Amino acid sequence: MADYPPKLQEYLDDFDFVTSRDERVDFLIDIADEFQPVPASIATKPYDEAQRVIGCESEAFVWALDRDDGTLDFYFDVLNPQGLSAMAMSAILAQSCSGARLDQVAAINGEVVFTFFGRDISMGKGRGLTELVNAVVYQARRRLKSA
Amino acid sequence: MSDIASRGYANADKLVSTEWVAAHLNDDNVRIVESNEDPLLYPSGHIPGAVEVDWVKDLNDPLRRDYLGKAGFEALASRIGITPEMTVVFYGDKSNWWATYALWVFELFNHSNAVIMDGGRLKWAEEGRELTREKPSISPTSYSAPERDDSRIRAFRDGVLQHTQANGQLVDVRSPGEFSGELLHMDGYPQEGAVRGGHIPGASSVPWSRAANEDGTFKNAAELRGIYLDEIGLNPAEPTIAYCRIGERSSHTWFVLTNLLGFSNVRNYDGSWTEWGNSVGLPIEK
Repeated sequence: MADYPPKLQEYLDDFDFVTSRDERVDFLIDIADEFQPVPASIATKPYDEAQRVIGCESEAFVWALDRDDGTLDFYFDVLNPQGLSAMAMSAILAQSCSGARLDQVAAINGEVVFTFFGRDISMGKGRGLTELVNAVVYQARRRLKSA
Repeated sequence: MSDIASRGYANADKLVSTEWVAAHLNDDNVRIVESNEDPLLYPSGHIPGAVEVDWVKDLNDPLRRDYLGKAGFEALASRIGITPEMTVVFYGDKSNWWATYALWVFELFNHSNAVIMDGGRLKWAEEGRELTREKPSISPTSYSAPERDDSRIRAFRDGVLQHTQANGQLVDVRSPGEFSGELLHMDGYPQEGAVRGGHIPGASSVPWSRAANEDGTFKNAAELRGIYLDEIGLNPAEPTIAYCRIGERSSHTWFVLTNLLGFSNVRNYDGSWTEWGNSVGLPIEK
């Protein structure tokens, strides 16, 4: 089993206990409610296109800022006000990957999307959410390479 | 004259405005149905009184690749409390992409008394109209449906092959990357991919979303004619087939060509690229 950031593993374990679609949806809506867009002290609109998550139709953007301890803080914004799933995924990633060991972040497989959202999400939705994960993983791998 | 009526559509009655829906929230002859790609949206807030029809669990056969049958549709229609006479108003996310898909499936059962709320849930929400998390209490009906009719608006692989061999009109509504064959499937979701990339020979590329404005409303008839007639040369009197990857995006184009531009014979090929690009021996263009 992959060595993931502990908070992400907690989320994955929690979702392993989800038994119904309604329960999954309620859980994800609660997480989406916790979504905090990137603070203005870090980025303001219009955002730099370099921060855009390619392939995410909800128009998600991600920022990775270096911490003194060598880990990263992750910030997100989702411009589509209807992009609730992207907000939930962003909230999970922001909470679980910020301050986590880079090798653990770099090891995250995009398949985690389906643990959270189930296998019956649409192609477009699955792609966009996977690209959100990939964007975070990319930042961690980039830092590891340059270290 | 409402804004919709002034846009020059062939059948403007298939669209209603958000104002119209707001005025019919308590109309017993109207059922409002939300259908989204994002499964979190309806439970997070919907139009008061609206029920949800989910494209995965409600519209598809649970086992084989097909839509629900007569019994399944009757159960669905009864559960959401509609009668054949009742006007069903579909709305949803993604410029009503999934709403048109649900409407298309309802048309397979000849429930033609169905319309789309122009602009979908984005327009409703941006106008500051009420959204509620309260699920409505629906009195089930006893809906009697005909057998599903696949002959009028649905296309199958062999029919598409004959159509393309006869140089029939085809519209590929996928993204340019999918049309060119650059994209076979998305990362992490290969089950909706294809072994081969490209498009059906003779197809013209018009991504479905070109028919929608930024706010999710449909473009007016003149703009739509500019795209589908002037740009790619479709003839409204000729049989036309639209396709995408699994038939959902192309239902949006089917709706546009049929109801807004008045094409006389449009079918949606729901097998689409996941069938065509995985089939042995079928012709492909890049």
